[in-house]
Amino acid sequence: MQDVIYLDNSATTKPCDEAVKAALNAMENCYGNPSSLYEFGMQAEDIVTDARKTIAKALFCREDEVYFTSCGSESNNTAIFGAAELLKRSGKHIVTTAIEHPSVLEPVLALENAGYEVTRIAPDKFGNISLVDIENAVREDTVLVTMMYVNNEVGSILPVEKIKSILQKKGSRALVHIDCVQAFGKLKINAPALGADLISLSAHKIHGIKGAGVLFVKKGVRLSPLIKGGGQEKGLRSGTEAVPAIAAFGAAVKALPDLNNSAEYLLKIKNYCLERLKAFENVVINSPENSSPYILNFSFLGYRSETVLHHLERYFICVSSGSACSKGKGSYVLREMGLNQSVVDSALRLSFSRQTTTADIDKFIDALQLALKLRKSNI
Amino acid sequence: MKEIILIKNGELALKGLNRMNFENALIKNIKTAINGLGATNITRAQSTITIEPVDESYPFEEALERIQKVFGIAAFCRAASVEKDIDVILRQCVPYLKEAMQGVKTFKVEAKRADKKFPLTSPEISRLVGGELLKNYHHLKVDVHNPELVVTVEVRDKAAFIRAGQLHGAGGMPVGTGGRASILISGGIDSPVAAWMMAKRGIELDAIHFASPPYTSIRAEQKVKKLLGRVARYSGPIRIGIVPFTELQQTIADNCPEEYFTLIMRRMMMRISERLAKRRNSLALITGESVGQVASQTLPALVTTDAVVNMPVFRPLIGMDKDEIIEISRRIDTFEISIEPYEDCCTVFTPKHPRTRPTLEACEQAEALFDFEPLIEDAVRNTVFETIEEY
Repeated sequence: MQDVIYLDNSATTKPCDEAVKAALNAMENCYGNPSSLYEFGMQAEDIVTDARKTIAKALFCREDEVYFTSCGSESNNTAIFGAAELLKRSGKHIVTTAIEHPSVLEPVLALENAGYEVTRIAPDKFGNISLVDIENAVREDTVLVTMMYVNNEVGSILPVEKIKSILQKKGSRALVHIDCVQAFGKLKINAPALGADLISLSAHKIHGIKGAGVLFVKKGVRLSPLIKGGGQEKGLRSGTEAVPAIAAFGAAVKALPDLNNSAEYLLKIKNYCLERLKAFENVVINSPENSSPYILNFSFLGYRSETVLHHLERYFICVSSGSACSKGKGSYVLREMGLNQSVVDSALRLSFSRQTTTADIDKFIDALQLALKLRKSNI
Repeated sequence: MKEIILIKNGELALKGLNRMNFENALIKNIKTAINGLGATNITRAQSTITIEPVDESYPFEEALERIQKVFGIAAFCRAASVEKDIDVILRQCVPYLKEAMQGVKTFKVEAKRADKKFPLTSPEISRLVGGELLKNYHHLKVDVHNPELVVTVEVRDKAAFIRAGQLHGAGGMPVGTGGRASILISGGIDSPVAAWMMAKRGIELDAIHFASPPYTSIRAEQKVKKLLGRVARYSGPIRIGIVPFTELQQTIADNCPEEYFTLIMRRMMMRISERLAKRRNSLALITGESVGQVASQTLPALVTTDAVVNMPVFRPLIGMDKDEIIEISRRIDTFEISIEPYEDCCTVFTPKHPRTRPTLEACEQAEALFDFEPLIEDAVRNTVFETIEEY
């Protein structure tokens, strides 16, 4: 198979060798059920415990605050519905942003339809969320503030570390949920320092495998589960633990290089790419300054996102189109930023990983050069 | 007692001396539809086809669901096949009809005595069976005018059949009895419905799809195959030709006036389709067009696209409204696939202001600016064929 130049690492990542080995070991050697009473089941339990320890360490939190789920979306759903249920007597107002992942937008919308009031903070034209807006949004009856740390489409970094102090200043007892799916393993996430009550993570975005997520739940916060049953994960998430995926999650976290070093490396990659994109007259950058070094969103004006995506595909280069293919639709994040329809319709998202090299960027730029020969579209 | 499936031919019974051909085609299509479900004996007599499973564990519900999609069937049902003896009939009808009788309050019995040597007349059979059911199911009442359920007892040459009600078949004519035609399929809502409607009249389907990578996605191609797979549930497997169309489209855009892009593209599609159809012994083209739906489907536009081919172009949706088309597409389970968001025929090349009242001369002049013939031949030659099974 031709080597793929994978520039879509916000969608998913290639599992690292350590993760693959850990998953294989769990499947081949420790395939028992962690809940079984015999020794063989305990081996599987040990794997889960070990992964839990590793992730707790990475979040600077207690082991018993780490709950395994099946994915980031499940973590977000459990956090939002659980928090609303827990505090339903204290109020019915939720603060969130207009640029959240659908797995936050949709649960919040469901609560809104069930009678909650929702304040959705809009981004500025760069994709940033302002602290003042958050402060103004919080009310006496606010029960939940749910926000992402890093936006998955443009890479903007939201000022989540300030949420707790705003709430304290306002005397609010609202819970804080931070969707850290695009931030974990990339930015330092110190759960106690962040003041978060709930944090969502996903394994496959950091070179783990698909099928495992984490919900951090601060000690003392008691959520009701979405899935009831055998009482695994202290009753918050019943269902036999996905031991291979959890093992891989732990291994992938252990394999993470020093965050500062990798951030520095990724910034080099991103800046190199930005520099090379400057040569194109029709490129505009949609990611804000000081955004995540892992994400670079730009528009290739005059050419429909999908067309360029499929063109790049011929050179085995994988990128993401921020925009859906039908005319007039497209990324809600870019639309919330107030960008022109022509910018939205031609947007592409590159997302890098520690495996991305400048040679990959060169090949991408070469292929993009050839895209100029495509027919322009009437957008 | 044995349980069987009875199938009543549709219009076939009207087809004079050709009837055998039609019935043979129908039986062949039924066999294909229920293939893999288990061994059966299929027989026919007096415009009824009987499917007799060899094994008692035969999956009747699945078989009925498949038979519901076979064209050329007016009605069908499960039935009990019993010995031609009134005592046996009376003894068997009570347990066999239990479930059906429990679901209704009123019924009537219709008897059909095809075997005139049977000692009782039809009214006598009806009366006896009705009486037996009333005796065993006390909640029932007879209502000869408006019954909730009609129980039928048919006394045939070899056995008597007992059944409760019957289901409507798909109607139409057996696929394969009407010759072959080629559907131009894009991935939208209309063309699968057009294909289905022609198959309903017995036409065997071939399909042609135009792909313009990278302007169209491989997912659009997949979508077309899924759509044909749904149509294939009714029509049987469909052979599709995927035409590489990018170069032709780009050339049109580079060489012809913009307001004619779509029309010239349609004319090229028709030319290519005709050549492909001829190779495949296909006698006509089918499209999902309906008058006035979009700029290229105004009457003057259709005139200019028809002018390039020498075979009939059937447009079964021509007089239908969009909501009528959608209703059928929901019924045949293509709607949900059709609305998947992949580009069908790249809107990249859509003119801002297309001609809605083109003249043939203007079209021909616009086309004459470039010699398209070699590109048309290339497209035909490089078409890739594949067979689509039901999905």
